[in-house]
Amino acid sequence: MTLALETRGLMKSFGGLIATNDVSLQLPKGARHALIGPNGAGKTTLINLLTGVLTPTSGEILLDGGDIGSLGVEQRVRLGLTRTFQINQLFPDLTPIETVALAVSERQGRGGDWWRRVGTKGAVLDELIEVLDRFDLTDRMTEQTRFLPYGKQRLLEIAVALATKPRVLLLDEPAAGVPEGERDEILEAVAELPKDVTVVLIEHDMDLVFRFAERISVLVAGAVLTEGTVEEIKADPRVKAVYLGEGEA
Amino acid sequence: MTDTTDQPLAPVARASRFLAAEARWSWLEIAFWIAAFGLAFVFRSNHLLFAEIAILALFAVSLDLILGYAGIVSLGHAAFFGLGAYTVGIMARSGWGDPLTGLVAAGVTAGILGFLTSFLVLRGSDLTRLMITLGVASLLHETANKLDWLTGGADGLQGMMVGPVLGHFSFDLYGTTAYVYALSVLFVVVLGLRVLVHSPFGHALRAIRDNPLRARAIGIPVSRRLIAAYTLAAVIAGFAGALLAQTSAFASLDVLEFHRSADVMLVLVIGGSGRLYGGILGAIVFRLAQDGIANITPQYWQFWIGLGLVALVLLGRDRLEIVGRRLVGRVLPWLVGEEKAR
Repeated sequence: MTLALETRGLMKSFGGLIATNDVSLQLPKGARHALIGPNGAGKTTLINLLTGVLTPTSGEILLDGGDIGSLGVEQRVRLGLTRTFQINQLFPDLTPIETVALAVSERQGRGGDWWRRVGTKGAVLDELIEVLDRFDLTDRMTEQTRFLPYGKQRLLEIAVALATKPRVLLLDEPAAGVPEGERDEILEAVAELPKDVTVVLIEHDMDLVFRFAERISVLVAGAVLTEGTVEEIKADPRVKAVYLGEGEA
Repeated sequence: MTDTTDQPLAPVARASRFLAAEARWSWLEIAFWIAAFGLAFVFRSNHLLFAEIAILALFAVSLDLILGYAGIVSLGHAAFFGLGAYTVGIMARSGWGDPLTGLVAAGVTAGILGFLTSFLVLRGSDLTRLMITLGVASLLHETANKLDWLTGGADGLQGMMVGPVLGHFSFDLYGTTAYVYALSVLFVVVLGLRVLVHSPFGHALRAIRDNPLRARAIGIPVSRRLIAAYTLAAVIAGFAGALLAQTSAFASLDVLEFHRSADVMLVLVIGGSGRLYGGILGAIVFRLAQDGIANITPQYWQFWIGLGLVALVLLGRDRLEIVGRRLVGRVLPWLVGEEKAR
């Protein structure tokens, strides 16, 4: 069986500091996998390695069996590895329609078209509405993003990533900062992501992790402390020690 | 702008309608172009000034493409303007005086320089970009100064013979041909850019300007898009420089001076960046103010321009714009005789 995403002995050091230490992950297609760990455990570095912002010191990253370790950020997106951001990274002046259209046009290979207006390709329109509809964003799709409530912006954050049709989607704390009242909508959207997309959830929030993930990897000091099912992780005393002992927020 | 029909329209239709509305011609735009071309028939003694405004507007529109849309700051946009001017200048002196082919050649040379230097502005902060663009323009200025056998050095290019436009319309003393020619080029460029800024490419530029990190993370090839935008802006700036040289039958080191790069930036600040017509509006205000104030106090016009700029920045363009829009909104329907309530 080919794995959707695999890392082999991934290492990253900044000078003397080892931020990622021999991380080997194996995610089958359609997996719901969570990466947890206290602050400073190296979650951000790991995401940056996976998405191509940083180059690993050593080790391999394979997407559907192919080595993507030397590819740039946008090339990896094109091959199907997309992330969302813990702090919204949106285009405040663009509307949700325009934002999602960017991703759809780019994926359909029409992103360089300068001779025609956005929205004159039916294929782009259909697909963009399908994505907006899935995240319940069509009502406010013609407003500039900066006027949307925070919860809606959070949804758009995931929507635009899904519009790139990823095979592997990295969700970086999808519910971060969302007020209680708008939280359920986000959790539901995460739970209803297409089954064939492999989802990696990077999270602090244990409720969300236990509810959503099938398997969990616990990252401590740049290395994988343990990996297992939700039950195994819940029962693991070392995980408790890491979380309780270090006073995690 | 308004799609406030309450009937439940399918989302796809709503999206399509919204996007179409974004790119639609406004009455104000149409009125502007009719008025601009109409000016060719009146105020003959001002046509040279109008031609200058059209050229400055074209130059500013070109800067807007990289600054306002793609977010690349530049203090050396005169490099492309100057190269365009010298290209037609040298061609005309060597006997090739046809304006349109000269214009195309100027666009090509400026575009090549734009493409080559675009790689320098891909990375780095705004400050780095300012320094690099400034440096490229200075290099070009010094090169033109040194190559005096080709460029005439500090004396400028003497003896340009510019032929009639389309083989028919000779440049006249009043500058009517110059104005219509420059305005037509501006019009054609704006027509093209109107399409471009509403295209997937144009939207990608805005996305890169607002958030390059995310643009890359949704698969937009940022470098490639910026190279294309920078090259295109250079081509347009080359057109503007060519127009200046052709309509004045002269090119000198002045076309490469720092003040050109700075002025065009001011023009864009006055008119507003990232809106295509900002450069045109800014050019009109800037050049008319310069001309008007210079008539009153020849020595101090820069003082008043400076004061105006400070006021503009402090008051905020948005506020002035709201007042302006209201005024136009009242006056225009009355002029056109249209009782369309908003």
